[in-house]
Amino acid sequence: MAGFLVKRLWQSVVLLIIVSMIGFGVLHLTPGGPLSQYALTPGMTQENMDRIAEQMGLNRPLPIQYLDWAWRLLQGDWGISYRDQQPVLTVIGRHLFATMLLMVSSTVISIAIGTWIGIRGATHRYSTFDYTATVGAMIALSIPTFWFGLVGIYVFSLELGWLPAGNMYTIGNGSVLNYLHHLILPSIVLALVNIAIWSRYMRTATLDVINQDFVKTARAKGVSERRVLMKHVVGNALLPMITLAGMQLPNLLSGALVTETVFTWPGMGRLFLDSLGYNDYPVVMGLLMFSAILVLLGNLIADIVAATIDPRIRLA
Amino acid sequence: MTATEIQNAPHRWWRSRGVRRFVRHRLAMVGLAMLIVLTLACMIGPYLLPYDDLYIDLRARFSPPFENDHYLGTDPLGRDIAARLLVAGRISLMVGFFAMVLSTAIGTVIGVVAGYYGGMVNSALMRFVDAFLAFPSIFLLLALAAFINPSPVMITIIIAVTSWMEVARIVEAEVKSLRERDFVMAGRMLGLSNAHIMFRELLPNMVGPIIVAATLTVARAILLEAYISFLGYGIQPPLPSWGNMLNGAQQYLATAPWLAIIPGITITIAVTSFNFIGDGLRDALDVRTAPT
Repeated sequence: MAGFLVKRLWQSVVLLIIVSMIGFGVLHLTPGGPLSQYALTPGMTQENMDRIAEQMGLNRPLPIQYLDWAWRLLQGDWGISYRDQQPVLTVIGRHLFATMLLMVSSTVISIAIGTWIGIRGATHRYSTFDYTATVGAMIALSIPTFWFGLVGIYVFSLELGWLPAGNMYTIGNGSVLNYLHHLILPSIVLALVNIAIWSRYMRTATLDVINQDFVKTARAKGVSERRVLMKHVVGNALLPMITLAGMQLPNLLSGALVTETVFTWPGMGRLFLDSLGYNDYPVVMGLLMFSAILVLLGNLIADIVAATIDPRIRLA
Repeated sequence: MTATEIQNAPHRWWRSRGVRRFVRHRLAMVGLAMLIVLTLACMIGPYLLPYDDLYIDLRARFSPPFENDHYLGTDPLGRDIAARLLVAGRISLMVGFFAMVLSTAIGTVIGVVAGYYGGMVNSALMRFVDAFLAFPSIFLLLALAAFINPSPVMITIIIAVTSWMEVARIVEAEVKSLRERDFVMAGRMLGLSNAHIMFRELLPNMVGPIIVAATLTVARAILLEAYISFLGYGIQPPLPSWGNMLNGAQQYLATAPWLAIIPGITITIAVTSFNFIGDGLRDALDVRTAPT
């Protein structure tokens, strides 16, 4: 296990370095770069632009700028938000909880429903249910998340009036029930794509397990069909799903950004868009890096959990 | 028929096993039919409609669908939605198609080089692929889009730059599995250049997986364009795209829901058709990959 951990951690560090280089490159090599917000100020002259560039250290060679930036990143100095003059990490921290709440609740929904659809599709292979689930998943993957959100708001908020159309809670009402009420629609909207993906992978994983010898042995021993499925099949089929959950994190974050925009949900995605609108370059940069680090961390945790449960992974 | 006759029979690709299997794939045929109808409508439709996509008819603002000769209604400026939808389709489909061409090219070159050379080259390139995959695509796309001139060409380029990784991974795995085969060895002994072996000998063996991945990339690219245009950083009005038609739709959801519903259904139909076709190609070309 120790060998596996060291190897996997080293991998993550290497990836983190490459990720930081890409992130740094993105906002520096695009025309405008960090200076673009000043270019829009009325009465801005070229001399003033040059002076600001010098103050920000933008006239130094790029590798030096990168090292300087990366060093400060490591120390937790992610810059100051142009918009509200607060440290970037503080600003991100304020929006972290909302995004996590949305992502966790939608993941719970998609795992529950996706796993069920996947197992049923595999045990009733080529049935009407299986066929409908396959086609349904392909259509679900084709629906733009934001549009599904708009349709959800139209049906459940405007026409039926059952669910709130946005925000995380009603102002002046901090009860848990109120939060939950606001959480339902965005969670389902964000879950749709993941239900589709989860059910497809779960179906394949279940089919892989269902034909293996130990399942036949269990059946031959006279174990009830229900127990074979719940104990022998599902447990083993769920193993690769841990890695999948880690791999789906970037898509989940992308989906969260769009969902938060539609539902005015005060999370990281909404913050990203608002910061883009204000040319708040340090926050945009910070969120880009933060989301990538979150993904690397998520993948790392998923791999460690999978390796803890399954010795085949850590000994491979 | 003698053996020579069989050998000399003209090669009819349209009668090959792959094509037969594709034609029998019901979903793929549905997808192909939807796509052909949609493409023809976008190409010819705008000439047949009574209104131009940029014509502003202020007296007919917010006219609902199916009530007058604004067949699908009008938007807040009184522009004809049917005309805008079809012109937008040209742009969105073109962006999706060319983003696929470009990203497939990038992914193929990186995948072939990484797989063929192996060792350090492989680790460096594949870690680069992994690093790119760590960024949530919408975050990366928006960060790029905010700093460029949002013309359709630039939007196409940034979508391609953020979606070549899947192809690179598939191609790399294929090349790795073929690298040690005898025909590659034979090529080396004949003194063929590395470039010749990579692109003339190895590449033709993985056309199937690349075509499947490319088809699914079109679907993805159309969705990505819709996302960033919806958020206001993609194709800019007055040029219509399916995404930017939805851009202001939320504030009129209560009074003019068709503004949101019509373009959304169109995007879903377009993307679904590519996903169906991709599924059919996967079965027809016998490509074993992870499920969609």
